[in-house]
Amino acid sequence: MKNYSVFDILGPVMIGPSSSHTAGAARIGKIARELADDSFHKVTFYLHGSFAKTYKGHGTDKALVAGVLGMDPSDERIKDSIEIAKKNNIHIEFVEEDLGYVHPNTVKILFHYKNRENYYVIGSSIGGGNVVITNINGNEVNFTGDYPTILAKYKDRKGVISEISTILSNNNMNIATMNVTRENNIATMVTELDSPIDERIIEEISAIKEIIYLTAINPIKR
Amino acid sequence: MFNKACELVKLCTDNNKKIYEIVIEKELQESNISYDQLMDRMKSILDTMKNSASSALDKSVMSVSKLTGGNAKKMQDYTNKGKTVCGEIINSAMAMALSTSEVNASMGRIVAAPTAGASGIIPAAMLTIKERFDLSDEDLIKGLFTASGIGQIIAKNATISGAEGGCQAECGAASAMAAAAIVELAGGDINQSLHAASFALINIMGLVCDPVAGLVEFPCALRNASGVANALLSADLALAGIESLIPFDEVVEAMYKVGKALPESLRETALGGVADTLTGKEVKKRFL
Ligand code: SF4
Repeated sequence: MKNYSVFDILGPVMIGPSSSHTAGAARIGKIARELADDSFHKVTFYLHGSFAKTYKGHGTDKALVAGVLGMDPSDERIKDSIEIAKKNNIHIEFVEEDLGYVHPNTVKILFHYKNRENYYVIGSSIGGGNVVITNINGNEVNFTGDYPTILAKYKDRKGVISEISTILSNNNMNIATMNVTRENNIATMVTELDSPIDERIIEEISAIKEIIYLTAINPIKR
Repeated sequence: MFNKACELVKLCTDNNKKIYEIVIEKELQESNISYDQLMDRMKSILDTMKNSASSALDKSVMSVSKLTGGNAKKMQDYTNKGKTVCGEIINSAMAMALSTSEVNASMGRIVAAPTAGASGIIPAAMLTIKERFDLSDEDLIKGLFTASGIGQIIAKNATISGAEGGCQAECGAASAMAAAAIVELAGGDINQSLHAASFALINIMGLVCDPVAGLVEFPCALRNASGVANALLSADLALAGIESLIPFDEVVEAMYKVGKALPESLRETALGGVADTLTGKEVKKRFL
């Protein structure tokens, strides 16, 4: 039997109308923003399944936009997010699309840039404000944004994993989960940690010469 | 410390304590926050509740979908006129419940209690009883711990999700939580609190979840209004000395079994009940 805190029963303090459509959507948007470079001038949301069918009535569109603008799920400005984006000259677009065999509440968020490659993140809102991020720019991943998370892509070589683990343990960071997938000699690693990540650790890891891409996010509030 | 109501009763009677005291002790034992942090957090829950229960009373608040809204204000204006069927207490309680539901549907800030759909019931119950018995915020915070303890028992032994157990699990749970808290705040003992919680669940046992067009608006807001009335009536029944033949733990189990027996069309899929009527389907076409 799961243990419930009093605040699992009375809480969370949230923006309506439903935790999977508002809080979940806002968190996917915010995680995507943390991962992406924030100089985007346009964002396209590809909405799948029940997200595609119900996004207007449930305000999922507003929550997603609020997320990519960096708002927390409890921000009362969520309902005005589309106007706020407009004021900041960020072009917003919604497209209903079949994203394949994915959770019914799934969105692909594509960031457009003037002078760099576009970037996308796919995530699903799986209920109660919980989310999972499943793809970043074509790399399959699987993490929730509930923990400090490091994402790394590197040329596969024996020893890289242990080098990264050593850097983390030298900095007193506890690994909660670590997941590695490999394709054509390129490995994608997702590491969830127990304590917040600081810049220094990222610098140390990026010094490993096989690293192609490295990014980290701290937990995204509910 | 407790999973079932019978264990909670034992803890209360053995230690001569109120429900809220045991719930607070349990929370301090199981989480790593201090007493002061715990109280501060519950205070901010209460503040959010007060806001949501009042902010749609003096201005019309419409939902994001534009399907519903403005009813909390209608209810409040009607209550203010003074000539109502049920009297001021029930009517203003219903107005406050509608207010939170409308704030929720308009993408305003609410406390899930225990869910967003049922978020209007507990705030309205707490504020009604505050007015009635001239209680302080500290009293209401105690009441919220009591309500939460009852909710923990329901969540653990049954469910508080409409998708799993129908609306009886959402609005029913909220009413039961509120009823138990009202009784305790009104001076009733632990057994009376549990009788009240039992009545609230029994009164709506079998209630289906059938939101029109899948939006948390109709019939959800109405069920928040009737849910707070259910909580107030159940509290009075118990305070009058009436006892539930079936103990609370068994009522919770029964509610769970009924929920499991509901077909999927009546569990939040918007494929049954009022959602599946001629008009319900028309509305759905308009919105989807
Ligand atoms: S009808 Fe369903 S969605 Fe509406 S309040 Fe009840 S359980 Fe929640």
